[in-house]
Amino acid sequence: MTNPSMYYLVLTAALYLFWVLLSGHYTALILSLGAASVLLVVWFLRRMDRIDGEASFMPITPGLVAYLWWLMCAVIKANIVVVKRIWAPNLPISPTWTRLETEINTPLKKTLYANSITLTPGTLTTNAHRDHLWVHCLTQDNAAKLREGEMEGRIRKLKV
Amino acid sequence: MSLFIEILSWICLVSGGFLCISGGVGLLRLPDFFARVHAASVTETLGAPLVLSGVMLQTGWSLDTIKLLMVALFVLATAPTATHAMVKAALHDGQTPFEADDPGAKAAPPLEDGGPVEEEDPSSN
Repeated sequence: MTNPSMYYLVLTAALYLFWVLLSGHYTALILSLGAASVLLVVWFLRRMDRIDGEASFMPITPGLVAYLWWLMCAVIKANIVVVKRIWAPNLPISPTWTRLETEINTPLKKTLYANSITLTPGTLTTNAHRDHLWVHCLTQDNAAKLREGEMEGRIRKLKV
Repeated sequence: MSLFIEILSWICLVSGGFLCISGGVGLLRLPDFFARVHAASVTETLGAPLVLSGVMLQTGWSLDTIKLLMVALFVLATAPTATHAMVKAALHDGQTPFEADDPGAKAAPPLEDGGPVEEEDPSSN
């Protein structure tokens, strides 16, 4: 989406569709109020884009869907592990705050990586830098698993 | 069929509720702020979506289903952002994570030697 007017057109259409889905009322007055609020929001966005002109898009490709599916499974597994540790009487945790090297270099992929880490219970990104992240892990196992790099490998394979 | 959906819905509701309670218990049991954040993320990454899917199965296929689906998506999309903001605030406040390896309760490794808080990288974010 290099053409800016096309971008705002698509944005307006998407926002209005979203608004209609949330509203569920289809009288002329309500629909026009919705249109007015959508236009107001798009105008705000346009003004803000003058400052931050780096709108990034992550196109929804089959690869991304496959990654999100894998992430969902990973999140469920991580939840089970964390819940087990929470309920275990001796509280078997070994918190660690560690530097995680990464070879991911595009901002979009690094954002995806850092947020995937944070979304997964037991691991959490505190800082993101050019070639490394700082992650806090609930257990040493979590940190070791991140170092194995399955998540990083899957993100690197994405074509964005 | 409707019995099957009913059972599935209640499995989601009960397990989601259990996970939310687990998150709360974790908040109380875990030693410091950074560890507690992990407990909170149990509630928001699996607890809330499971409760919402249980409700979705109860409402049947209607506009409400889409709304609930959107609520679940937004919870999942905003959770890491909110978590990151909280952790960043705690770090700026000078809190350092408790680490298991260290003999003392307070471990402050990278603050002085160019670690997370001090180091500024123009190409980050």
